[in-house]
Amino acid sequence: MSTDVQHSPDMNDPARKSANGELIRLERVTKRFGDHTVLDHLDFSVEAGKHVTLIGPSGSGKTTILRLLMTLIKPDEGTITVDGDQLFPAPEKQVREVRKKIGMVFQQFNLFPNMTVLRNITEAPVTVLGLSKDEAEERARDLLELVGLTDHVDKHPAQLSGGQQQRVAIARALAMRPQVLLLDEVTSALDPELVAGVLDVLRDIARSTDITMLCVTHEMNFARDISDQVLMFDSGRVIEAGTPEKIFSEPEHDRTREFLSAVL
Amino acid sequence: MNWDWQAVSDFMPQFWDGLLVTLQALVLGSLISFTLGLVWALLMRVPSRWVTWPVGVLTEFVRNTPLLVQLVFLFYVLPEWGVTFSALTTGVVGIGLHYSTYTMQVYRAGIEAVPVGQWEAATALNLPLRRTWTAVILPQAIRRVVPALGNYVIAMLKDTPMLMVITVLDMLGQARLFSQEHFQFTEPLTVIGVAFIVISYLASLLLRALERRLVH
Repeated sequence: MSTDVQHSPDMNDPARKSANGELIRLERVTKRFGDHTVLDHLDFSVEAGKHVTLIGPSGSGKTTILRLLMTLIKPDEGTITVDGDQLFPAPEKQVREVRKKIGMVFQQFNLFPNMTVLRNITEAPVTVLGLSKDEAEERARDLLELVGLTDHVDKHPAQLSGGQQQRVAIARALAMRPQVLLLDEVTSALDPELVAGVLDVLRDIARSTDITMLCVTHEMNFARDISDQVLMFDSGRVIEAGTPEKIFSEPEHDRTREFLSAVL
Repeated sequence: MNWDWQAVSDFMPQFWDGLLVTLQALVLGSLISFTLGLVWALLMRVPSRWVTWPVGVLTEFVRNTPLLVQLVFLFYVLPEWGVTFSALTTGVVGIGLHYSTYTMQVYRAGIEAVPVGQWEAATALNLPLRRTWTAVILPQAIRRVVPALGNYVIAMLKDTPMLMVITVLDMLGQARLFSQEHFQFTEPLTVIGVAFIVISYLASLLLRALERRLVH
């Protein structure tokens, strides 16, 4: 099953993207909240299929990047491009198209409490992608197998533990077959003993699919484990970037060293 | 004061007629107020002052003027505009409209109480706005507001006797009619008093059962 999660034919279609396989590009993106400038003319890009982790102190703008990409907020300036198509600025119709390529898992799960686990996962594939109910349910059951929750199909979110809810949320995001999966501190709201189960599922997905991942996390071991690239953020800027080995073993920047010694 | 059981049984045929009218007014008035209140609440969220301003003024006006005045107004003025409803229909519309301006506030609170994360999840899944409302937001909002809506059903029940002034023969109307014909006031008025308590109680039981069903 797991190899079936991500089959995007255009992922490898060179005509769709620039030569270096860039999937996400933010150009001179500025985001202010009131007087506070979170991102200041940020340039940022992610290559297709890479697993990129954003680390850094809170308030440094990591989550803001994910929220901009998910179109939950709009930048004040700049452009955002996904897979060669502009996401911002863009007309609503185009935003809806481009957004299909992006999925997100939230810190607080945000499952729909009025729906069963199964319907949480099938709702969007049916109403947005136009899958038949049977197709969507088959896809949902496969994904529930992947996240180890086949016994909980007909339960409501309130009947599940936080870790189980988060795994349903991962399945729900994957059911849309996005090219990019945004993970926003997905284990921060979980009891410590439930964290491992969620991270295992994500490791599995990272290894067995070609999905692009963009994570904000405080789980440094997880970041080390799945990332191709780690970006250290401070005050809305990338102050250091590199492989996890380099960032965690021999950080160059003082701020990175301070941050890592505080969290590790 | 003598209690006359004969008067009670003489009143019964009229009582049943009155009860039926009261229940009709209550059920239809509730349905109108639940529906219209939701319409007002949704219109108030339309991002255009051309919509929110008239709706705001209208509902504010209806909420802050007496139901009794509104009923009399509808009963005597609508026919002049060429709209002729039966007295009961006019009463039901009047009560429904009046209470819709309260239920709209209940709905608004219920909608605002749905966590912002639900909207964000709907956006992340690319659900169309309409679907977000019907499948995600409203089911959660309405579940939250059932107890508050229930309180307005009870309040509405207690306002149905006002329909008497526009010639509707509800329970109070029938009791008064009977009293005037037979010069016996205690029995019919006591009977309808008890009936009001029983209806309130049954309605509250029904609502509690509904609440329980809505909570997983």
